[in-house]
Amino acid sequence: MKIVLLSGSNVGTKTRTAINYTQTSIAEKYPEVEVSLIDLADYDVQFSDGRNYLEYEGDTAFVIKTIMDADAIIIGTPIFQASIPATLKNVFDLLPEKAFVDKVVSMIVTAGSPKHYLIAEQQLKPILSYMKAQVVQTYVFIEEQDFYRKEITNDDVHFRIDRLVEDTVVLTETYQEIRRAKEAEYGF
Amino acid sequence: MNEFRINPTRGMEIGLYTLGDHVSNPKTGEIQSEHSRMREMVTMAKLAEDAGFDVYGVGESHQKHFIASSTPTILAAIASATEKIKLISSSTVLSADDPVRVFEDFSTLDLLSDGRAEIVAGRGSRYGVYELFGYDMQDFEELFEEKIDLLLKLNHERQITWSGKFRPPLKEAEIFPKPLTGKLPIWRAVGGKPFSAIRAGIVGMPIHLAALYGASSVFKHTVDAYRRHATESGHDVEKLPVALATMMYLDKDSQTAVKEYYPYLNNTFKQLRGTPFPKDRYMEAKSEKNAIMVGSPQQIIEKILYQYELFGHQRFIVQIDHGSMPFNKIQEMIELFATDVVPTIRKATKTN
Repeated sequence: MKIVLLSGSNVGTKTRTAINYTQTSIAEKYPEVEVSLIDLADYDVQFSDGRNYLEYEGDTAFVIKTIMDADAIIIGTPIFQASIPATLKNVFDLLPEKAFVDKVVSMIVTAGSPKHYLIAEQQLKPILSYMKAQVVQTYVFIEEQDFYRKEITNDDVHFRIDRLVEDTVVLTETYQEIRRAKEAEYGF
Repeated sequence: MNEFRINPTRGMEIGLYTLGDHVSNPKTGEIQSEHSRMREMVTMAKLAEDAGFDVYGVGESHQKHFIASSTPTILAAIASATEKIKLISSSTVLSADDPVRVFEDFSTLDLLSDGRAEIVAGRGSRYGVYELFGYDMQDFEELFEEKIDLLLKLNHERQITWSGKFRPPLKEAEIFPKPLTGKLPIWRAVGGKPFSAIRAGIVGMPIHLAALYGASSVFKHTVDAYRRHATESGHDVEKLPVALATMMYLDKDSQTAVKEYYPYLNNTFKQLRGTPFPKDRYMEAKSEKNAIMVGSPQQIIEKILYQYELFGHQRFIVQIDHGSMPFNKIQEMIELFATDVVPTIRKATKTN
């Protein structure tokens, strides 16, 4: 199983901190899972211009191909101006329309205010559904007060991320199982 | 339909087309040499003529996984190897070419082939060609509209005075040579969405519509919009043919067809677009109402005639060599299509 951890912003530290913990959590519980961490702050990704994803080059090509090769994606995103950051939206725009077919996608949201709790529900989930993802419905919402100097200080957040990891892996396995049964039915 | 060399009393025109896709085999991972794939396109055309098909098309692409960048050259080779079959570009990426050069090439082809050449002009569905020739995707629409306008002018007028944005102006220019009968049939290549078809309707030119998969009825919106706009713009739709292009896999046994075809279809999508073809969508092909042409001759007949009911089209061409299809299977399909499908279609679609 291949899981991509996508840290969706090019600024800030909280989302990356949460994604780092997620990586540790997967490594501890599921050492057999192949994990790649993509922090959009580390890559020079161009704006989508509508071409097929195979036709991009450099960092842009690397980021979208890694996502396309994944079985599951855990998206970490901050909330800016009551929305997902442009860097993350650009990744969606770079991908083909049904990029998340047969992929499980889960979400970790970091925000400066509890007012942003429903952004993932109302903005991120519709995008993921449109792109045909199997969405892990429950997401982890982390507030500013849960961090101190690039560490998560709230134990409950650790537990919630651990549960998200478990749900992601179990759901990915389950969908793989469903597909195997379907494949057997098709017989080709 | 005369202007476009279509004779409806003979029934729907049937043909083959190739995109010259050059991908590795889904089972062995091996890839044919460019040389042999190039020759294959010519051999296929000869087989198509011998089997009595009306049309053979070669579609242009300029990037990895395709080798048909110079379609007029390939069609010229086919012209000298055949006698009757019509030779069309399916399609020419007009947006990234000079309409004068395109017209010269196809007029030449028309003379060499004794009047069998046709242009299907499109905008291209891939980015590579724009990058290669230094065009900006921002001009996607502008490029095509200006160039198709000039191409049609070249076809209708002897002396052209013209100016535009993407090419130096022409002052009382005359193009040599002329097509055999003075004019070439020029079609507009249309994807699934109605916009391009509507433009064709307004101008009063025929459309060549790609209807690859999904419910056939979806494409009816496009064809209807085309004819409605043609009528509203004062053109007689009775004189404007519609062509349909899609992929096909044929076997005597329908189960075998469905089973055998999937790896090739999926291979085509995976290598050319980077996304697999979902099996659940593929299985919808079992219905006659689905556009994916896979099945036994009887199923293919039902599908084509169902589409004919919807669109009343005059030409139907299929791609059977995609995804690294073995040549013996291509041969077998040409034979089976010619003997078990085409006669029924022609008979059912003859009009007086």
